[in-house]
Amino acid sequence: MTVENLIFQGLIGLSLAMYLWLVSAGLTLAFGVLGVLNFAHGSLYMVGAYLAYTLYGRLGFDFGVSVVLAVLTVGVLGAVMERLLFRPMYRLDTAFQLILTFGLVLIFSDLAKLIWGGLFVIPPVPAVFQGTVPVLGRSFPVYNIFVIGAGILVAGVMGLVLERTWWGKTVRAAAADREMAAALGLNISRVFVLVFAAAAMLAGLGGAFSIPVRVVDPGTGTALIVQAFIITVIGGLGNLRGAFVGSLLVGVLSAYGTLLFPVFELFIIYLLMAVVLLVKPEGLFGR
Amino acid sequence: MAVKKPGFRNRLGLILGLGAALGVLLVPPLLGRYPTYLATTTLMLAVFSVGFNLLFGYTGLLSFGHAAFYALGAYVCAKVLLAYPSLILGLLAGVGAAGVGALVIGFLSVRQTRIYFSMLTLAFGMMVHSIVWKWREVTGGDDGLVGIVRPNLDLGFVEINLNRPENFYYFTAVILLASIFLMHRVVNSPFGLVLQAIRDSETRAAFCGIPVRRYRLAAFVISGLYAGLAGSFVAPLERAVTPVYAHWTFSAEPVLATLLGGINSFLGPVVGAVLFRLLKEVVVRYTEYWQLALGIVVVVLVLGFRGGVVSVVGGWVGPWLGRGEPRFVQKVAPEPPGQGAAR
Repeated sequence: MTVENLIFQGLIGLSLAMYLWLVSAGLTLAFGVLGVLNFAHGSLYMVGAYLAYTLYGRLGFDFGVSVVLAVLTVGVLGAVMERLLFRPMYRLDTAFQLILTFGLVLIFSDLAKLIWGGLFVIPPVPAVFQGTVPVLGRSFPVYNIFVIGAGILVAGVMGLVLERTWWGKTVRAAAADREMAAALGLNISRVFVLVFAAAAMLAGLGGAFSIPVRVVDPGTGTALIVQAFIITVIGGLGNLRGAFVGSLLVGVLSAYGTLLFPVFELFIIYLLMAVVLLVKPEGLFGR
Repeated sequence: MAVKKPGFRNRLGLILGLGAALGVLLVPPLLGRYPTYLATTTLMLAVFSVGFNLLFGYTGLLSFGHAAFYALGAYVCAKVLLAYPSLILGLLAGVGAAGVGALVIGFLSVRQTRIYFSMLTLAFGMMVHSIVWKWREVTGGDDGLVGIVRPNLDLGFVEINLNRPENFYYFTAVILLASIFLMHRVVNSPFGLVLQAIRDSETRAAFCGIPVRRYRLAAFVISGLYAGLAGSFVAPLERAVTPVYAHWTFSAEPVLATLLGGINSFLGPVVGAVLFRLLKEVVVRYTEYWQLALGIVVVVLVLGFRGGVVSVVGGWVGPWLGRGEPRFVQKVAPEPPGQGAAR
């Protein structure tokens, strides 16, 4: 294993990490503000992917337009979910919240089978992003660079919005103490619905971006949500910065894992999750 | 308030119980081979769920890793049967392995509660899954173990041929009855009451001098033993075991069955296991999208009928049985957020 190979594999892990980041970001945001750990968050990624596939791969829309439409649709879906299903759930025990969102996973996965079913073809990479650039003597796809850039951009924008704007302040207030925030005149129920829609859109964005390079199937939701759980646990539940670092860690680790220790790659990641939960449940990067 | 008529109530209870027992006995002669096989798997799911509910309904901990103990039971029993054809030995080894596994994983997991407990059990469960999946020399990897023998049940004075589906079914029924009886003793013992006290208020229980963690661990191990027992039966029944049994989505089966039947009633998990299998059988007759139906049922149950079918039906017939409201309801208002994590 040469140094070049290691760096190259790290870059591949980095682009994988960005999909994970987009899902974990939404999961973390929703948990931090709404207090609901959403099993169905991976399914929102899946819906975004399928929608983008239909628009771009089947109906021939422009890639950018497809992504925007898919993301907006998933956002609306998220808003509807929050209003209809999550709202009556906030006062329930967390166990019931987990079970309800698990029920949603089952529904989404069968709906995907019902609507999209069958075999799946990966559509071509959009023309703008075709081709490769030489990295250390090997060729690295331009599309991966685009995804890495987009993921980092999303992280930056989220950080700015949350830290610097009135909206961010509102969201942080609702996350810190929803009763006090409501008492000070914030419309908490509107904050909740918008935050959840935004969280859903992040997952949808990840799904939509994945469409030219990654396979999506009705099982994607369950496969992805466990990885997102691992990441959010490692980074600290509700901690966005932690989720970003956690995504990089898990993404890069799986890229090296398949190369260096293919047998126990998964075991090591779950072990990491368990150790963090036991030793530092507020997350590796918790305050 | 009318005067209760205990005689009538007891008689009705007796009639219901006898009716259920008769129904269980009559499955093989009346319904035939496939329904008997199906009923056998239902009884195993019932064992799994009864044990699971000790942890969930009675102790207030939702595990997403119990498939690991089910799989431990299944794989160890399969290994024993492949090496030496003795059913009793296989079952004992399976249950024992699950118990040891539950002791180790439980010891670590009960350090956390609420969502953190659920995530920990998920992580440990998936660790077991990844071992089962990858350790090809021992577990057969993703192919699993096949060609498991189904030996006769040797009770010393008589040998029962379990290759007859009805014999296997009756054997499972006896095991389920024994499991229910034992669990009834457990939940109505002082030990069981302590578990419920911990569920209702961990802080108060600790203040009364109860070693909360040790009690939670005991509940965890017992429910792990039940999961292992159910798993051990799957090896001789299906004559094959696969890594699916260890996957976290499989852990959801007892969760959903218990929710369906009712977490607040002792027999809820048993009723739930029957309904769960029936629901699947009925739905797959009409459509392959049975998860869709199950998901909708789950959402409706959580939003509207958290007591499950038993408490809904109990609400209708309860007055006839001289009973009022359900005895206890899973606490609704959670503890203030942020607890559980920081301790």
